[in-house]
Amino acid sequence: MTVEIILQAIVTGLMMGLIYALIAAGLSLIFGLMGIVNFAHGEHLMLSMFTSFWLWSLLGLDPLFSVPITILLMAVCGVLTHYLLIRYILKAKMLIQICATFGLSIFIRSVAQLLWTPDYRIVENPLMEGRIELGTIYIGQPQLFASLICLLAFVGLYWFVTKTETGLALQATAQDRHAAEVLGIPSDKMFALGWAIGLGCVAVAGSMMMNYFAVFTDVGINFALFAFVAVALGGFGSIIGCLYAGIIIGLVESLGGLLIDPSFKLLYVFAIYLLVVIYRPQGLFGRY
Amino acid sequence: MRKIIISILAFLSFICAPVIGSAQDVKIGVIYPLTGSSAQIGKDAVAAVNTALDIINNKHDIPGMPLAENEGLLGLNGAKVSIVVGDHTGKPDVGVSETEKMLNDGVHAMYGAYFSSVVAAASTVTERAGIPFVNGDSASPKLTSRGLKYFFRVGPHDGMFTQLMFEFIQDFNMKNNANLNTLGILHEDTLWGSDSGSTQNKMAKEQGYEVIEKISYKASTTTLTSEVQRLKAKDPDVLLPSQYTADAFLFLNTAKELDYNPKLLIAQNAGYVDPTFISTLGDKAEGVISRSPFNTDLAKTIPMIGTINKIFKKHSGGRDLSDVPARAFTGFMALAVAINNAGSTDPDKIREALVNLDIPGEALIVPYRGVKFGPDGQNDAVRGVLMQVQNGKYCTVYPYELAACDLVYPMPTWDQK
Repeated sequence: MTVEIILQAIVTGLMMGLIYALIAAGLSLIFGLMGIVNFAHGEHLMLSMFTSFWLWSLLGLDPLFSVPITILLMAVCGVLTHYLLIRYILKAKMLIQICATFGLSIFIRSVAQLLWTPDYRIVENPLMEGRIELGTIYIGQPQLFASLICLLAFVGLYWFVTKTETGLALQATAQDRHAAEVLGIPSDKMFALGWAIGLGCVAVAGSMMMNYFAVFTDVGINFALFAFVAVALGGFGSIIGCLYAGIIIGLVESLGGLLIDPSFKLLYVFAIYLLVVIYRPQGLFGRY
Repeated sequence: MRKIIISILAFLSFICAPVIGSAQDVKIGVIYPLTGSSAQIGKDAVAAVNTALDIINNKHDIPGMPLAENEGLLGLNGAKVSIVVGDHTGKPDVGVSETEKMLNDGVHAMYGAYFSSVVAAASTVTERAGIPFVNGDSASPKLTSRGLKYFFRVGPHDGMFTQLMFEFIQDFNMKNNANLNTLGILHEDTLWGSDSGSTQNKMAKEQGYEVIEKISYKASTTTLTSEVQRLKAKDPDVLLPSQYTADAFLFLNTAKELDYNPKLLIAQNAGYVDPTFISTLGDKAEGVISRSPFNTDLAKTIPMIGTINKIFKKHSGGRDLSDVPARAFTGFMALAVAINNAGSTDPDKIREALVNLDIPGEALIVPYRGVKFGPDGQNDAVRGVLMQVQNGKYCTVYPYELAACDLVYPMPTWDQK
């Protein structure tokens, strides 16, 4: 096994990890804000990918240029999800909340299959195609671009949540919704905003993935699984934790698959997850 | 309240009446994946079964096609055949519960289910109940080595297809002095993928080929980068992948990203013959070879394919007949012929008719030599073809006597595509 091959695995693992991280960030934000685990997160990723696909297919917009529209549409979807479903179950028992978002996932997947059939679709000849060759290391341009945009979105999200007034209001609501309301922060609007931003993150990741990944109605399931692991690994509610956890997952998956045995690459990821859960149940960066 | 309950019961009995049907009609339970990642294949297979029903229950002028001339099954005084369709979602436990439900509903035989893992589980339920289970389109060799009395497979299994691949490599080596000796095996980890991979590994060793990389991975994965890297590092002469659709797309995209160019890629069907495979991947699919029991260019040697395709399009919403629907159609027709021969809906008589079934190759739309089951319930008269994507279409390249095109070797590199 040469150094070049290992370097290649690190590069591809890093790129994949950044995408996992942004998907997980959306999930983590929603959980941190209102304590609800969005089991429909994978389906929201699927909706983002389909939005990006249809914008290309019907309007000829490359996923690169349609990102803002996809973000906007998914943000609206997030706000609708909050007002039509989530706000009715905010004070309900956890089991009911799980059933509600799980039910939403089945609903979205079934409607998508009804509307768009279970066919596989890809964006043909996207602007971002081909690869960069650095000596013997190959970097797929769509993957590189996707990971860079995801990193940028991540930085933007982190800045928004930690530095802006609205972001601080979001954090205040997450810490103590009643105290925040006393201070004049409308928690209902903050929750809706949280959903809009959470699904906006997924929209960025979904759009960028459309450059090289096929979309179909079940596409989100495995990504959502990694997102759940990343959120638990990084610490529930910790956005920066998602970044590190996503990268860890990407690297472990890629290097473990290359150096030991690809058959067990998920095992390595879940083994690390189990170790963290056993020895540090709050996750790497979690507070709870 | 009582009035409401009575009204609901009356309504339910009204809507259930057509499903229950008259006593002499033949009812067959059909399970396929109608949701989930292989849903389109399942829907096409059900369309193929509906095509067979159309032919069986109505008069058609299709010379050579059994049961087409009359309405219904003559052996049962013109009884019509009906189906109850269930969605197993690709999961064995769902397949089992759907099968149990249908058996309680009084089906005379079961048919399905594409996923070998589902067939393996569901056919044990029918075996216990003493109801025949006929399969047309699942390829795990293990299915017919379990000693089941009521299970019959009309289509080929991967062992037969793999044998065809090795015959091809041997013939190709002899004809072209190509010296293809090393193999790479890449397979997903469901029952079908694992069986396919281990069958290929075993046969390769028996026939003197060296397997320099054998990779199993979790089905419907998010990335195949490390797998492609390992293959690229070892660079086997021939790559033998066994993957469903999503993974096949991901594999080719990753191979392009990492510039991995196998000299020959011979796929074990599945994702590589999905009706959307070529249309979606375009140039990326060029040069890929897949084994198959069916290809539309066989219409030149089997004229019936054109007529059946026309009827199939009515039921599939305009989609053309492809590999899995062709196998599903053939399997269902074989079951119907057996029931007709049995002249009864008694499960044991149907089983006996299946054991004695002998349909000639000319009565089929696939290139099998016929349908005749061995003692293990496997149709021994099957035959497959190898086809290669050339200019955006699958073209039969092997066996040489059925070939419509010459093989393009080595397959085009990513820079050439």
